[in-house]
Amino acid sequence: MSIFTRLAAALTIVAAFIAPAMAADTIKVGAILAVTGPASFLGAPEAKTLEMLAADINAKGGVGGKKIELIIKDSQASPEKAISFAKQLIEEEKVFAIIGPSTSGETMAIKNLAEESKTLLLSCAAAEVIVKPVAKYVFKTPQMDRDAVIRIFEQMKKMNISKIGVLSSNTGFGKAGKEQIEKLAPEHGIQVLVSEVYDKAATDLTAEVTKVSAAKVQGIINWSIEPAQSICIKNARQVCSTVPVFQSHGFGNIQYVKAAGAAADGVIFPAGRLLVADSLSDKNPQKSILLSYKKAYEAKYAGEDVSTFGGHAYDAFMILTKAIKEAGADKEKVRTAIENMKGFVGTGGVFNFSAEDHNGLDKNAFEMLTVKDGKFVVLDK
Amino acid sequence: MTDTPCCVPEWRLIELFFQYLVAGLTYGTIYAIVGIGFNIIYNTTGIINFAQGEFVMLGGMTAVTLHAFLPLPLAILGAVLITMAVGGLIEIVFIRWLVKPSVLRMIIITIGISILVREAALMLWGEGVRSLPYFTGNEISALSFGGVRVSPQVLWSLGVCAIVVVLLNLFFKFTMLGREMRACATNRDAATLCGIPTRNMITLSFVLSAGIGALAGCVVSPITQTQYAIGSGLAIKGFTVAILGGLGNSMAAVAAGFILGILESFSIWVMPTAYKDAISISILLAMLFLRPSGLFGNREAFKLKDF
Repeated sequence: MSIFTRLAAALTIVAAFIAPAMAADTIKVGAILAVTGPASFLGAPEAKTLEMLAADINAKGGVGGKKIELIIKDSQASPEKAISFAKQLIEEEKVFAIIGPSTSGETMAIKNLAEESKTLLLSCAAAEVIVKPVAKYVFKTPQMDRDAVIRIFEQMKKMNISKIGVLSSNTGFGKAGKEQIEKLAPEHGIQVLVSEVYDKAATDLTAEVTKVSAAKVQGIINWSIEPAQSICIKNARQVCSTVPVFQSHGFGNIQYVKAAGAAADGVIFPAGRLLVADSLSDKNPQKSILLSYKKAYEAKYAGEDVSTFGGHAYDAFMILTKAIKEAGADKEKVRTAIENMKGFVGTGGVFNFSAEDHNGLDKNAFEMLTVKDGKFVVLDK
Repeated sequence: MTDTPCCVPEWRLIELFFQYLVAGLTYGTIYAIVGIGFNIIYNTTGIINFAQGEFVMLGGMTAVTLHAFLPLPLAILGAVLITMAVGGLIEIVFIRWLVKPSVLRMIIITIGISILVREAALMLWGEGVRSLPYFTGNEISALSFGGVRVSPQVLWSLGVCAIVVVLLNLFFKFTMLGREMRACATNRDAATLCGIPTRNMITLSFVLSAGIGALAGCVVSPITQTQYAIGSGLAIKGFTVAILGGLGNSMAAVAAGFILGILESFSIWVMPTAYKDAISISILLAMLFLRPSGLFGNREAFKLKDF
């Protein structure tokens, strides 16, 4: 037996004694987030937010006297990795709850795992299918793509737009948005004249935009979370200078505005209120929480702007810890507490959960925003 | 707001045709300018450098970084020089010491280098999207030719593409150095016997193609945007047109780039956009099966090559 194996054996024995002792006064919370990889601008701020919040709450003595032990796993937006991390967190770490994953595809991959093992899952991903049909242990904090589409259509009605063209990227997000647009258009009196899907890594979209413009549309919806959405806006302005361009809530990252430059001005899109926290009226119930999160995040991670995606993790963590505070560290009781939570003010909106609604947000969680001089501002009605 | 007017009141068929043509030229110029870079290393070593896309990315990213404190022309010049140095360094570190490397081995090495450079760029610049400013005008400016609108940056790319091709052709055909480089690809042993320093020629080809890749990265940056991962996507298209035209011939790569771009653009007119890449890949496959020497390549000469 070498010295290393002996040492390892000794450590294992020590660990075996320590582990249960630690477990007694900590609550293990797992997080599966796309910290690096193609969805890193979702996962990275989410992970940073959780680290900030956990450190903060532990410094104040934890939840009900118990410290939060955060275990973050980087899934790189891969559903396969999400599955193996979920198994690891559930079976080996025996976590109390899991926050994440960042993307819809990953969440759907582990939805059943969470449900079967009765582990609370608070997803940070957008797609409606995560909570429809409702799974007993699965919740999500971002707003629904369906509600985003409804808000865009309502805005179009105000602007007398009824004939539109749709451009969407070939990803899960783009596909889900395209389906919602085509499904909801008839009941809002909107006619989709042309609908095109472009590659998420597209380098130029002049021909696509030409096709949409040639169909004589009155407005264009561009649904994507990739950088290519900025290229689309630029090409639309170059080919066809005045048709209003609408974007999804996936536009809510200031780097896309910077990438589109002057072409971004006047783009209309729905988003959570975090991006315009400063300009909200003082009566808005979300204002104080949005500003405090923004201030704390931007102070801790200097040089980085707060984004709605980190906000989704913020909401998940706050909802979980609030429920634990109310119900104690018991999974079943916490689950019921979340399901009965009403009027919880988060960054994504005011959450009202119920047995049928595990998202708790409605279309009012969105604000219609536009871009003015390279900045997000609330759209004047 | 009352009725929202559309700015394209009447695009007649002929204008629409030219608008798609312009779109095709935009795609084509991106493909062509990236495709040219493949030919230089091929011309000296007979291999495809799969890290060529990374040179394009490096050029764009470096120029954006330098542009923070330098005027645009100097930033581009600096980016080209820095990328050239990186290209030379890569050759010296990874390839120069290999004794008679096989084509396959060299290809695998260049794939490895491309991953290395991409990850290094991710560490250095993060995953953010950047771009250089438009050389003239801005994101919304477009020149109008009888109703057909074209971004000035497309004209810049076309111009740079043309100049690079002409210079390269002159270089490879009429200068001693260019001929020596070509000799290395044809038969390295014979070239060595003739007193050509083949090792240095290969280093030079990496430096040169890194420089052209970087220049391409700068010129297309306002159109395509630049991100750490953009290289591989651009390289696939560049590679496609280099094969399509016939490897080793810059003029042919440019012609093939425009043919592919225009085909893709017109395919969008009549078919759903989603088929665009399927079309370019089918063309590539058909070409590899039916005429591996490329559209403009010499069949006889092709038979004598390793790859």
